[in-house]
Amino acid sequence: MVQQSIGERVLRKEDLRFITGKGNYTDDINLPGQAYACFVRSPVAHASINSLDISAAAGADGVIAVLTGQQVAEDNLGSLPCGWMVHSKDGSEMKQPFHPVLATDKINYVGEPVAVVVAETYLAAKNASELVEVDYEEIEAVVDISSAQSAADIYPEVPGNTVYQWELGEKADTEKAISQAAHVTRISLTNNRLIPNAIEPRAAIADYNTGTQDLTLYTTSQNPGLARLILTAFVQIAPEHKLRIIAPDVGGGFGSKIFVYSEETALAWASMKLGIPIKWTAERSESFLADAHGRDHVTEVELAMDDEGHFLGLHVKTIANMGAYLSTFASAVPTYLYGTLLAGQYKTPNIYVEVDAVVTNTAPVDAYRGAGRPEAAYLLERIVEIAAREMNLDPVEIRRRNFIQPADFPYQTPVALEYDSGDYEASLNKALEMADYAGFAERKEEAASRGNKRGIGFSCYIEACGLAPSQVAGSLGAGVGLWESGEVRVNPTGTVTVLTGSHSHGQGHETTFAQLVASKFGISVDDVEVVHGDTGKLDFGMGTYGSRSLAVGGSALSKAADKVIAKGKKIAAHMLESDVENIDFEDGEFKVRESNQSKTFQEIAFAAYVPHDYPLEELEPGLSEKAFYDPENFTFPAGAHICEVEIDPDTGVVDIVKFTAVDDFGTIINPMIVEGQVHGGIAQGIGQALLEQCVYDETGQLLTGSYMDYCMPRADDLPNFDVGMTCTPCTHNPVGAKGCGEAGAIGSPPAVINAITDALGVMEIEMPATSERVWRAMQQAGGA
Amino acid sequence: MSITVNLIVNGKAVTQTCPENTTLVELIREKLQLSGTHVGCDTSQCGACTVHMNGRAVKACTVLVAQAEGSDVTTIEGIGTADDLHPMQSAFKECHGLQCGFCTPGMIMAAIDLVNRENELDEQTIREGLEGNFCRCTGYHNIVEAVGNAAARMKE
Repeated sequence: MVQQSIGERVLRKEDLRFITGKGNYTDDINLPGQAYACFVRSPVAHASINSLDISAAAGADGVIAVLTGQQVAEDNLGSLPCGWMVHSKDGSEMKQPFHPVLATDKINYVGEPVAVVVAETYLAAKNASELVEVDYEEIEAVVDISSAQSAADIYPEVPGNTVYQWELGEKADTEKAISQAAHVTRISLTNNRLIPNAIEPRAAIADYNTGTQDLTLYTTSQNPGLARLILTAFVQIAPEHKLRIIAPDVGGGFGSKIFVYSEETALAWASMKLGIPIKWTAERSESFLADAHGRDHVTEVELAMDDEGHFLGLHVKTIANMGAYLSTFASAVPTYLYGTLLAGQYKTPNIYVEVDAVVTNTAPVDAYRGAGRPEAAYLLERIVEIAAREMNLDPVEIRRRNFIQPADFPYQTPVALEYDSGDYEASLNKALEMADYAGFAERKEEAASRGNKRGIGFSCYIEACGLAPSQVAGSLGAGVGLWESGEVRVNPTGTVTVLTGSHSHGQGHETTFAQLVASKFGISVDDVEVVHGDTGKLDFGMGTYGSRSLAVGGSALSKAADKVIAKGKKIAAHMLESDVENIDFEDGEFKVRESNQSKTFQEIAFAAYVPHDYPLEELEPGLSEKAFYDPENFTFPAGAHICEVEIDPDTGVVDIVKFTAVDDFGTIINPMIVEGQVHGGIAQGIGQALLEQCVYDETGQLLTGSYMDYCMPRADDLPNFDVGMTCTPCTHNPVGAKGCGEAGAIGSPPAVINAITDALGVMEIEMPATSERVWRAMQQAGGA
Repeated sequence: MSITVNLIVNGKAVTQTCPENTTLVELIREKLQLSGTHVGCDTSQCGACTVHMNGRAVKACTVLVAQAEGSDVTTIEGIGTADDLHPMQSAFKECHGLQCGFCTPGMIMAAIDLVNRENELDEQTIREGLEGNFCRCTGYHNIVEAVGNAAARMKE
């Protein structure tokens, strides 16, 4: 038996099915008699619907039904809800437009679904969808974020197109600090809008059984339990116990598969209405139009310092684009996942942040890998870098002068969070060594001798993960709890089935969670099976987002495993005729202390289910335990990223010659998987910094609606990454883990932009720093 | 209009009658129920549908079945088994060259073709050779390592 413990690079249990083509993604599932759906989408961004004529489509070959928003309204389906109530400075509740499953009389973004055609084949549904005649009367679209608040209102219930005006921190103290400071650095910046682009498009099959009245929804979800709660409690599709959601293998999410969307909801409703299974798989064009997008902030920042570069005050003013409707978690992203992170790794005593969230005639914007935290890290690490240049300080030195020190933990920031642990200087020092900062000047000179510009950029980011203490979240407006469920079922032969409310769609939970539980019991990873993604098998759970799976879901499993061991000790005490206090459990054996008497884990499991020699009068048979873990605090992964670039002055092409990331994720279960998560995050961060940009024109048409127009990072756009780790364990969860899924996307963009601006000798350049933008910046700098 | 096509898929002779605008990937996924080949886009950009046709990698979303008439097609299901993996499959697992697994079959098929075509593979040629296949999870780092690793084994 091979035992594998925490910290080992165990190869992934899930890989065999994926490398042999035996994965089971939603689009791979086909049900007998299934029909196919195609959505009719608005070609315009903002319009009244004068009329909608389905007669030609309904009569077309193979068409079973054409369903419209009017029928959704007649069936009294609720608004697709936003689950986090944010209050404005004046105490008023955020303004929330009704988000219909299918549009009825008004269109608010290009791609908004107005009807669904159900047919015997997808081709028939698609052909018929073109026969649905809609008379749109166009209204001027609101697209630009900066001017949205002075444009005509999109919704009467959202005056000034302003959802909320939120604030956090002490305004007067911060303004005073800024007005009295020796030096104030000021910048304006944009956090570019991104389209998540998991390679598997969203898909669903809804299957309503008219006999049992059970509805099963197979769907590409990161959180089937949460989706079921929203669809039943809020949208009121069906009673909760009659809806089963199965999220099988899911091909990446990055946030975009958290949310409850129109299409999956409409499919579930249509299957109930028609009494047949219906399948829909998004075409990539639909993903571009109708998946929730990410980021999209414009921000002004002021950082006040004394004459030695110690930070005294930070004032941030942001306008955040929500798009046309408030998606599931949208309101929390630019507030509680953004404003609360603005202390970064620094002891800035006064911080004040104001965020105006606006609606526009664009697709909804919600959490995308990092969700608020990349926006916070970007502005902070950009302004710190610029401040260093203005103060003639080394960018490393200005950070060191302001770091929260190891002795300062737990550290209460001025923006609500209390950091539990960290050692920021340790990560930075390790990164500097790995990146050979000492040798940079020489490399820069050598590059110059070849006619190239070389630059280096730093980013010392922090994030808040492990969402979240339910009562804290509730007091801040969350509509749900944020615990996680876990169940550890020991089978009679001593193998173990683990059930978790977390969902894995690339993160490798089937291996990491197996490793965690196997190490608890001293058994082989091969003897542990992880089950996830099916509300018919699992307790209600909250799913996967915000780098929470191990910190919260893993903690639930750790506690459930502890309960198994506690019960096992009672069984062993009976069998070994000892007091339970004298039983120790180690290396897979229950032992009587200071004796040679013991029972193996497998023997105890068997006894629990074949209870012949068993204390039945005191103890129920069986060996299966559950735990619901509610976190005591957020976790605070942090690290230092260093990017070194070389730029060809003739073309403006940026070559990332070296990228170093040193992260502190607390306790690591499987370093191979963690490094993979960091690689992927950095790739998305470099994508944001250099390549990716979602563009709408002034009429609200999406110009980047395909992979021909939206520049995704390809293999030859990226370098290899040098990844290192430091470790200060999380102090308040039983695993000690902090979370690693988003760090790469949070830390890397400012490091890349800081490196480019360093190479060019300019202060600012907008993301994405395409070769054209870099070339233009060089021309401007040269001409100045 | 329907057409009848004859081809070999994973070593087996296949005769199928289907609408003339059917693509090779639709034939593979829907008619032959080989769901390992995936579809990730509608512009032939992502490479998730990559299979081998007469030994060379093609994007099966942009091959009409009529173009595949008489050809020898290999999909991810045809290169190895759980007990006898292709070196490229083994290398992807051993190097952690996959996360969500959705791009993986196409990536593996493209990589095998790359190794078969190129005599010398360094990091840069591997990166350029995989340019037609998106991965959103791995950042390509471990994929590049896996391909290099498999190339050495395949040339042994």
